[in-house]
Parts: sequence; structure tokens; C-alpha cells
Amino acid sequence: MSFEPKIVAFLCNWCSYRGADLAGTSRMKSPPNVRPIRVMCSGRVEPSFIMKAFEAGADGVLILGCHPGDCHYMEGNYQTMRRIALLKNMLSQLGVEDERLRLEWVSASEGGRFVSITNEMTEQVRNLGPFSHRNGGSNG
Amino acid sequence: MEDKVRIGVYICHCGTNIAGTVDVSEIAEFIRGLPSVVVAKDYMYMCSDPGQNMIKEDIQQLGLNRVVVASCSPMLHEHTFRQAVQDAGLNPYLFEMANIREHASWVTKDPKLATDKAKALVSAAVRRVYYQEPLEVKEVSVTPSVLVVGGGIAGIQAALEVANAGHKVYLVEREPSIGGHMAQFDKTFPTLDCASCIFTPLLSAVGQNPNIELMTYSEVEEFSGYIGNFKAKIRKKARYIDEDKCNGCLVCVEKCPWKAVSEFDEGLVERKAIYTPFAQAVPNIPVIDTEHCVYFSKGTCRACEKFCGPKAIDFEQQDKEVEVEVGAVILATGYDAFDPSVITDYGYGRYDNVITALQFERMCNASGPTDGRIVLKDGSEPKSIAIIHCVGSRDKNYHEYCSRVCCMYSLKYSHLIKEKVEDAEVYQFYIDMRCFGKGYEEFYERVSNEGVDFIRGKVGEVTDRATTEEEQGKLVVVAEDSLMSAMLRVPVDMVVLSTALEARSDAEAVARLFNISRSADGFFLERHPKLDPVATTTDGTFVVGCAQGPKDIPDAVAQASAAAARVLAMISKGKVEIEAATAVIDEELCSACKICNLLCPYSAITFDEEKEVSQVNEALCKGCGVCVAACPSSAITGKHFTTEQIMAEIEGVLA
Repeated sequence: MSFEPKIVAFLCNWCSYRGADLAGTSRMKSPPNVRPIRVMCSGRVEPSFIMKAFEAGADGVLILGCHPGDCHYMEGNYQTMRRIALLKNMLSQLGVEDERLRLEWVSASEGGRFVSITNEMTEQVRNLGPFSHRNGGSNG
Repeated sequence: MEDKVRIGVYICHCGTNIAGTVDVSEIAEFIRGLPSVVVAKDYMYMCSDPGQNMIKEDIQQLGLNRVVVASCSPMLHEHTFRQAVQDAGLNPYLFEMANIREHASWVTKDPKLATDKAKALVSAAVRRVYYQEPLEVKEVSVTPSVLVVGGGIAGIQAALEVANAGHKVYLVEREPSIGGHMAQFDKTFPTLDCASCIFTPLLSAVGQNPNIELMTYSEVEEFSGYIGNFKAKIRKKARYIDEDKCNGCLVCVEKCPWKAVSEFDEGLVERKAIYTPFAQAVPNIPVIDTEHCVYFSKGTCRACEKFCGPKAIDFEQQDKEVEVEVGAVILATGYDAFDPSVITDYGYGRYDNVITALQFERMCNASGPTDGRIVLKDGSEPKSIAIIHCVGSRDKNYHEYCSRVCCMYSLKYSHLIKEKVEDAEVYQFYIDMRCFGKGYEEFYERVSNEGVDFIRGKVGEVTDRATTEEEQGKLVVVAEDSLMSAMLRVPVDMVVLSTALEARSDAEAVARLFNISRSADGFFLERHPKLDPVATTTDGTFVVGCAQGPKDIPDAVAQASAAAARVLAMISKGKVEIEAATAVIDEELCSACKICNLLCPYSAITFDEEKEVSQVNEALCKGCGVCVAACPSSAITGKHFTTEQIMAEIEGVLA
């Protein structure tokens, strides 16, 4: 049986959650591997949430927010961008593959984009194999 | 925790929308085994009255103090169920929703995968709701005035509705006069009412209404605040005319020796450097176009000033900034007409007698540049005219959408041509005829019987290269007749391009200013396409008319009245509820680093110098949580999205 990764996706309430809703409403098929968690803004996503997700069994983490310039809260997504860049740096030192964490922008009207990103991410993480935090990443 | 947590979980079938893929009874069975769950039921339609009553009864009879509903998206029914639990005496924030329709049953056809995912989502909601806390919804009063941006038919209708109900309206228009595109039109389909006959009275009604403060030649520069309590800074551009002194005699316009291309007449003629856009302009006060006024470029002339009786010309006038406070805003900023010169095959800009729909509209208008005569560039009358549909619409290279009005205005043009030019031949090149409104199909039928040639096919090219004698000196429309499967060359004297309606070129900046979203086509995004078509995701901000998407006059007017009704409801209630899920700072933990002060996009966090702690102004906080995530001391709690709640949810989705 092939490995089915679990992916936690933090979706902002205004753009990405609605984009995911639109994908569903339009009956576009997307990988059920993706487990959405709604936050008001991608800027609410703390690094500790991502660490927690990996610790609790996620093989990958997606953060989806409004496109730069379109943030419902004006600039929350810019904070996310900076924060995720820093976190990625740290994760790589811990031996966590870069591809396990991804930040993307999906607007409320981009159901198709939600589907293609979640498909790509699932495929990408499936290829990496299960995440094992005990040995600091599968290649650690 | 004060009382023991008692959770009730309700799983909706949504007919077969959920139950057709997800095994709802398996989920209920699974959920019953989770800690603190007192009851788990599945039911056909949770949002129905019996469904809601089931929850209410269980809250009262089983002493539930937390409720989870697993159904559709919270965007659809979170409010419904919050209301239901509140009716049963439970704080609405002790409710949580799991979206097992849009995010589970509709994403896969595989029942096992869908059920597994739904289980994870429901168990996440159950774990999360355990930590949820009651929040107090605060009410704020509503400033009983409204800002309407854009003075076309939609903005005018909205402004008049609100003003006639007795409330103050600030109507802001960028151009020197209100009127928008409708003021340019000649007749309106399908009734062929004269546009100015039905529109001019509305323009003057706006000008005379004591409740409407009209600000033309003005733009909103800054916009802040929240529902019920917005502040707008409006820049009134200098007209160089003292509005109080000007009596509208327009002698200045007559005497001005300098000219520029008339925007209102779509470049067909020139206007003066001091001008009003059209004869029935409201207000009837001219503006000086400093780019073309020779006094502003060379320092001489001042002819207008010499002839102005009331001494109203003021070359020293400066832009003015005005601040207004409003409870709501209605955006009616309209559309831009598609520029067809980018489709080089159609020859717009290259051939004199290839013109746009709006140019043709001005030509047909009795008060337009040709006094209503349809003429070629050389002044002669065309004997044959081709109208090309869908120029920039329904075309993947430009706009995928249908502009909704072009079929109808093209039919109107056919009728006007037949009326004005004896024996004229009219060819309509169309993809599909879309005549969907009241009386539209009948109008199509009528025009079809007036001797118009309808050719189903997309035009490939408009050219002046003649291949036969008949084509000499003509514009040749090269197209495929897709009903006959034949290539056609139709020689005509004039070509009218039925150009698309597109989002304003500055729609992105306007969306940012008012903090609303746009759909993929660039138009402003409504809160819900069917059930909430004039609201936006920013409470208190509404979109109407073509700013929301291409539409005809009846639809624009209907939307404007709808938005006005929503605003009036807010004003008559006098109070609105504001976000309860705000951030709060624990003063004991705050280390006075002030990182949050700088991060807050709403300046809702200030530093108390005396106590040396940061504090959140809850009325300004919109609950984004950026500060919560950034606080190095974990001193900030994001209510309803606490770290504890989200951590529990993460564990739940992965369980």
C-alpha cells in the first residue's frame, strides 16, 4: 500500500478558506490528505503551531493566505512571509526537508489554485515519505 | 474549568450532499466515544427548524454547554447555529462548526477517504470546542450617515434612497459632474426610453436634495474605522472656480480659446480647457483643465476671468481635504470600457470608421457631437454598418466573462440605424445572442423583423484591402459564418465594436483603500454570489452596479436600492455588533517591548507609559491575531483563536 501523507493546512478566513470552499462547491476533487484549520489571518500562524503539527503526526504543513497586497488585515501576510522564512531556516538546521513546509497565496476566487497547490503538496510529501521527528526528519 | 464540559455533536446529512459520500452514522458512533461528548446525533438537515430545535432541546434537557455541528462551511451557517445555541441560553462562542461538506464529501468520491477526513475534522472541532470560552458581543452605535462613492446611475440611486429616508449622504464623484456612463447614452434598451429623459431628473434631484452633500471632482484618499464608525478623508480637487460665486452662465467656456479632446464625447470632438462635461452637468459649475489651460502653462490669457461676471474664477484655488464620519459606505465606482486597439486585427485606431460602442452611442445622441446623426469621418452618411459583438468579452485572450449588455445595446444600435439612415444595411456578427432580461427576447424579435442581418461567427479581421470592385473604398469584415460553415467577406462603410465592460483600471487600489476583495475578473467581490450579493466581507461596506460585475441599468438600480435598504436597516436599528474575538494583553506578562504596537495594522495597540504595558483598543481591533503570534512573552491572547484552542484542533485533525 502506498504511503498517504497527512498534511495540515492553515487557511486564512477571508481568502484561502473561501478558495477551499469554492473548490468544494465547484466539486473539484482535491486530496483528502489535506486537513484544514481556519485562522482569521495567516499572520496568526505561530511557528509553534507548525512544530506542533509535525510533532502530532503531520508529514507536511501548508499555510495559505491572501495574495500580497490583498490581505483582509492589510499586511498580515507579509508578517507570515517573514516568519516562515525564518522558520524554514531553523527547520533545515533540524534536518526537516524544505518541501514539508510551504507558504502559498490563494484568493477567495481561486478554487482551482487551491486544488493544484494541495495536489502538488500531497505529491511532493508523498515522495519524501513519512516524517519522523524522532530522528529529526527522515534524512536526519 | 467552572462546570464539567458537556459537548453535543450534530452531524448533518445535507440530503445526500454529505451522507451520499460520508458515512454519517459511523462518524456519530466514533464521536460518542470521545471524552466529554454527551450526545452525538445525525440528522437530515441540521439547519432546518427541526434540526435547530433538536440542538436547543438537548442543550436544555441534557445540560449541554458546548455544541459542535458538522455540516457545511461556517461561511454559510455559522451564524444560524450560533443564533440557535444562543436562543437556548448558551453563549454563541461555545459553538464550533466542522465543515464536512465543502472540505470532505465534495472533495472526493471515495466514501472511505471522505469519511476518514470528516472524522478528523469533527474530532478536531470537538477538541477545540472543549477550550472555547464565552465571549461578550459588544454593540456600538451607528453614525447615521453614508458615504456613496461614484455618481453613476447606481450611486445616484443609492444616494437618493438613503437621502429620501431622511439621512445624510456624502456622494463623492471623481469627474466634474455626476452622471457616469448612463449620461452618455442615447436610448436605453429594450424600451428605447430616452436616457436623458429618465436620467436628468435624477441628476437634478441629487443636486437639490438637502440631505445629499455632493462632492464632485473629488476622491476618497483615506478610509479607516469599522462598521458604524468609519472615517473618510476626501480630496476636493481645485476647480479654480469659486463654487459659491459661480452662477453657471458658462460665458467662460464660450470665451476660452483653448481646446482639448472631450472625454465625455469619447474623443469624437474637442471641448474647451475650461468646461463642464455635458450640458446637463450637475453641478453646473465648470472646471479648468490645467494641462490644457494656457494660463497654467505659460502664465498668460485669463480670458475666462475677464468675462466672468460674478468674479468666480480663482487661479489660486488649492485642493481641499474634507473629513467625514459615516456609518457605512456604498461603492458604485462603475466600469471602464475595454480599449479595442489591442485587438489589432479589428483596426481600431488605424481605420477612421472603426469606432467603439460608446463613440457610436455619443453619435446617436441628439445632444452629442453630431447632433444625433450617424456619420463617417468625412461627414457623409454610412449606407452599411457592421456591429461586431464580444470585443474583449468571451475571449480567453482578454476577458473570459460575458459583459451581459453588449447583445442588447447592439440590437438597440441596429434599431437606431434603421431609424436614422434610410435603407441602411446592418450586419450583426455574434457568437450567441444573449437576451435574458424582461422584454429583451421580445426586443430581439422586433429588431430581427426590421431587416437586420444576423451572422453567427467570430470576426477574424477588418481590412481595407479590397479583392473585388465591390470592396473598393470599403472596410471589409472577414468572418466565418459558423451556421453555414462558410468564410464571408462583407464590405461595409462603418464598423462598430461592441466593447466589453471591464473593471476600473484602479480597482485594485480602491479595493485596498476600502479593504475589500476582488474576484478573478478584477471586479469587486460580493460576500455571497447568491444570498448576499451587495455586501462585502468587510462589514458596513457594500458594492453596487458595474463595480461588482457587468450589468444592465435595471440590475444596477436594483442593487443600489438593495444596498440602501441594508444601510437604512443598520441606521434605524442604531446599533451594530462588533467583533468579539479580539486580542487582549495580559499586563502581568507584557514586557513592554512594543513589538505589537508597530505590527498592528489598525493602530489598535497603544503603549501606556505610566503602567509600562501595551493595551488593545477593542473597538479598533479586528482580531487578525498578528500581534498574538508575534508576542515574544506570549502575553497576548487572541480570543476565540487561542493557542490552546488551535493546538487542540491540530491534534484533532491528525488524530
